[in-house]
Amino acid sequence: MTVDAAQTRIKSRTRTPWTPSQIVLTLIGVAVSAVFLAPLAWALFTSLKSETEAVEVPTHWLPEDWTGQAWKALFETGNITNWFVNSLVVSVCVTAVVLLVSALAGYGFARTEFRGKAFLMGVVMAGLMVSPAVLGVPLFTTVQQMGMVDTYWGMILPQCAPAAMVYILYKFFQSIPKELEEAAYIDGAGRWRVFFTIIVPLSRPSLSAVGIFTFIASWNNFLWPYMVTNNPDLMTMPNGIATVMNSYGIQWAQLMAGGLMAGLPLIIVFVFFQRQIVSGVAHTGLAGQ
Amino acid sequence: MTTTTPQAVLAPARAKSAADSAPARRKQGLQHGGWFVAPFLVLFALFVIWPLLRGIYLSFTDANISGDGAGFIGLDNYREALHDQLMWDALGHSAYFTLLVVPCITVLAFLLAMLAHHIERAQWLWRLCFFIPFLLPSTVAGNLWQWLFNPGSGMVNHVFGLDTPWLTDKSYAMLAVVLTTLWWTVGFSFLLYLAALQGIPAHLYEAAKLDGANAWHRMVHITLPLLRNITGLVIALQILASLQVFDQAVVMQDFGPGPEGATRTFVQYTLEEGFTSYRVGYASAISIIFFVIIAAVALARMWLLRNREEGGR
Repeated sequence: MTVDAAQTRIKSRTRTPWTPSQIVLTLIGVAVSAVFLAPLAWALFTSLKSETEAVEVPTHWLPEDWTGQAWKALFETGNITNWFVNSLVVSVCVTAVVLLVSALAGYGFARTEFRGKAFLMGVVMAGLMVSPAVLGVPLFTTVQQMGMVDTYWGMILPQCAPAAMVYILYKFFQSIPKELEEAAYIDGAGRWRVFFTIIVPLSRPSLSAVGIFTFIASWNNFLWPYMVTNNPDLMTMPNGIATVMNSYGIQWAQLMAGGLMAGLPLIIVFVFFQRQIVSGVAHTGLAGQ
Repeated sequence: MTTTTPQAVLAPARAKSAADSAPARRKQGLQHGGWFVAPFLVLFALFVIWPLLRGIYLSFTDANISGDGAGFIGLDNYREALHDQLMWDALGHSAYFTLLVVPCITVLAFLLAMLAHHIERAQWLWRLCFFIPFLLPSTVAGNLWQWLFNPGSGMVNHVFGLDTPWLTDKSYAMLAVVLTTLWWTVGFSFLLYLAALQGIPAHLYEAAKLDGANAWHRMVHITLPLLRNITGLVIALQILASLQVFDQAVVMQDFGPGPEGATRTFVQYTLEEGFTSYRVGYASAISIIFFVIIAAVALARMWLLRNREEGGR
């Protein structure tokens, strides 16, 4: 990743001239970008119309009367702030737990020996194929048995056992030279100290990739919260917007405002941390190879 | 399970060399190694392995949602599933969605990556524009396109001057879900391709240029072969994700099955059986069938990869 970063930096420093092919490519790029952004612009404009203007036929792009009505109604009548906090609590907890347990497990599988390791690793690999979408009903009845339906625990814990993240970190830890650890052992450091003072700092890029990816997945997760809670006070953003806001007959301006509220936090974070997120997504994705 | 084979072969060898070079280290590892993996394994056992085993057990019973009074009925659920037209239809819809989405996303992601890679200015801007939709929750993407495909005040028909009943006609409903999905998720595969393109060493192209290869030859003989692995990965990830489609489809159809059930996906059908009809036993049986299908796809990929590695080098 550092090589990539260095390359882009060099590229941006040496300005290339506007050759005909660059002009054509840039124009295509602008056109394609417009196609990608147009739906979002449409959502934004709709949210700034009144409900009656939003459904007017024939439809038009820009509001004739710019109004913040829909946004105001969103905050005044709905539980959107509640959902926002729930989303934050769930995503932060899931990310923290996933980072901790999958880093430990990845290291355990990569660098320690214990009885049954090969077998357990096989089981974890098989677990890559199980997701709430595949086994939703049995997973729900399991969580029900534990008495965790309609609780934060029930929403958080089942999202905390991603075999994929363990596998990604396992592969990364295997690539760290063993000599680094061995030197520390000679100095008398124990396993845990080596893990926290040598391995974790060395793996910051991989860990942040896993963290970012987990956070995005958890913030946007719809299916599991949808199954595990019907309580509007416990819902997360994607969940509340899709179920509660749709249930009274759709008010499009308000729905678009809510959708933007759900999407904006990640978009803002992305704009600021683009490089890390891009390399994080590429890194976690590529690790599947 | 095939991937475990190389690891199973490698693990003992590694253990041996560690024991030779540092016996103390090995002892320490034996003491603590299990503790490193324990927290994960507890969560994994509770929320992955146990539900899987429980699903297998429930699939042989007539359990309902409350969980009590489950009677063992042998293979009846599976026998019923074989003759369940709704299940086959749902499987067909998920497969149809997958067949449309996977090739489109792969080609589109590759083209977008080539575009972003070759425009020398403002790389961050292209990345941002193509990737932003992926950051939206699935339900927001679904609602947004439900709005865009709206027959009266929707923008799609307005902009293209069409009069297509996207959401209410059975021959268009799934197509609308496919288009939504393309817009929403192509950014992820695009990033994978972009990272792969940026990883190709520039000297390969320079050498080819010196030998007189034109842009087309460079793409066919350098870029495409070097992107083979990443293409395999993108296709595999997309197949697995697409077969599990649910969120966008239900949101775009107000949590219904779509016109004449045209967008009822397999996941939706298992949830309907489990949570609407309260037939947990039957829902578990079709979930297990689905699991077997997903596992077969994943195993097929591993098998292909292994064959290629053996044959390729």
